[in-house]
Amino acid sequence: MASLSSLRGWAVAFALLATLPWLPAPIGTPYHLELATQVLTMAIFALSLQLLVGITGLVSLGHAAFYGAAAYAVTALAPQGEAGNGWGLLLAAVGSAALLALVIGALVMRTQAVYFIMVTLAFAQLVYFVAHDSPWFGGSDGAYLYFKPAFSIGGQLLFDLDRPAVFYGFTLGCTAFTVAVLTLVLRSRFGHALVGIRHNEQRMRAAGFSTQGYKLAAFVLAGALAGLAGFLYATRSGYVNPEILSWHQSGNALVMIILGGLGSLPGAAIGAAAFVLLAEAFQAMTSHWQLLLGGFIIAIVALLPRGLVGLPALLTPARRRAPSAEAAPAAQPREVLP
Amino acid sequence: MTIALRADAVTRRFGALTAVDTVSLSMEDRRIHAVIGTNGAGKSTLINLLSGELPLSAGRVTLHGEDITAWSQPRRAGAGLNRSYQRNNVFLPLSVRENCRLAAQARQPRAWRFWEAAQACRASQSAADDAMERAGLAEHAQRPAASLSHGQKRQLEVAMCLATAPKVLLLDEPLAGMGAEESARMLELMRRLRQDHAILLVEHDMDAVFAVADAITVMVNGSVLATGAPADVRANPDVQAAYLGGH
Repeated sequence: MASLSSLRGWAVAFALLATLPWLPAPIGTPYHLELATQVLTMAIFALSLQLLVGITGLVSLGHAAFYGAAAYAVTALAPQGEAGNGWGLLLAAVGSAALLALVIGALVMRTQAVYFIMVTLAFAQLVYFVAHDSPWFGGSDGAYLYFKPAFSIGGQLLFDLDRPAVFYGFTLGCTAFTVAVLTLVLRSRFGHALVGIRHNEQRMRAAGFSTQGYKLAAFVLAGALAGLAGFLYATRSGYVNPEILSWHQSGNALVMIILGGLGSLPGAAIGAAAFVLLAEAFQAMTSHWQLLLGGFIIAIVALLPRGLVGLPALLTPARRRAPSAEAAPAAQPREVLP
Repeated sequence: MTIALRADAVTRRFGALTAVDTVSLSMEDRRIHAVIGTNGAGKSTLINLLSGELPLSAGRVTLHGEDITAWSQPRRAGAGLNRSYQRNNVFLPLSVRENCRLAAQARQPRAWRFWEAAQACRASQSAADDAMERAGLAEHAQRPAASLSHGQKRQLEVAMCLATAPKVLLLDEPLAGMGAEESARMLELMRRLRQDHAILLVEHDMDAVFAVADAITVMVNGSVLATGAPADVRANPDVQAAYLGGH
């Protein structure tokens, strides 16, 4: 089945990524570890949005609210003078993102299509201004995290997040966890129901699915996973400001999954990597780097309608592809559920 | 004879227009109850009201004696009241089996167990296989729904209904656009389904209606003009004047 080959792909990708700290000087430097950690954090964020947009068909322009809420939860709850309890802070960050997603989700889920986009944007802006205008969250200056949270069992420190290689490994583990959860969801009845809702919600309701509940569950799960990415951002950078809650942040995540391929988990990760790495490369080249990045995105969307994950199929000569048994019209894409 | 589904003075208004006006009817178990009428008579709206797709403006709907007027469509479907659509309304990119399995899944408990593979749910698989077999689609199980002929898509509509193990079926023009051979097969399916379902059949094909219906309700401009056994309805002078014409 397709799921087995995709599992193999993930295993190879994670094995290769795990070797990064041991690679020799031009690659395995602290700079590269930092950059790779940033890529993985964005990959988690993009993966969480993929569940909403590419799988369930809920186009949210407010996903940064959950990412930012978790990051702010870390700085707000961590003690000032010592390292906080990592387990507690992780739980609190992911929990506040999930709780916020539950509240916002319950309010926005009755809207459809373009109204859903606008209402999610509106709620995210609300969260943005709460952080921006209230001194308790640091206002427009933001807030600092002075000590990285300590993950320990029985007083014994498990790993030291101050070391870039360790933080990278921790982020890689969180990414693997996210991929595992979403892969399980996609092959479950719950995930199949979400795909059904994307294709035809009316028919799902006619069959007996309470689609509101399914969509809200997807919204909360996506919010919680975005919260995991927010936790990683706050602990890595040690600093949060309202920019991480801005609609640009939500828009970037949308661009990442469109760039990589809508509906595909590898697509979300590849899109996030392409976005972060290209932004980094273009910034080193010119101060007008956003023009270059924008041009690249337009080119990919125009040339690869299925995103970067559609590239291999495009490069494979037609004769090598498996001949299709039925004369299905090319305009009707076939979808196989995992 | 037990009443499966009952509509009491069901009414639906859209602004100044009353699309369905105090319509009452009783569907009995193991009977096909046909609803006929000209275009715009309110037949599809009636199905939308009975299935819960639209809320009622006034009136009452009971399923096996229980008042379900305030129930949502998914809740009604869960209680065994299911409908098919006049226009094909299936999951086009998915295979015929996946279409049926997805519908069957709605009736299975513990859907939130995200660690269990959907394909491992035996109950949904066998309900889907059974529905495809009954609707005559078993040989097309692996084909994407988009590649089916129009008539086969109509069969799939019915198969997806059957996959949810309904007791009461509301079929909205299942024969629309079908060839003679396909129609005959669908009528045969309806006769078989009558053995263990209550069926409401909205249909324009008069020959088909009079061939399978046990009772007929004639609607004109949202209201019931006549209701009764096929022979009585056919002989009714009002019906002849308003609708059947020279039939």
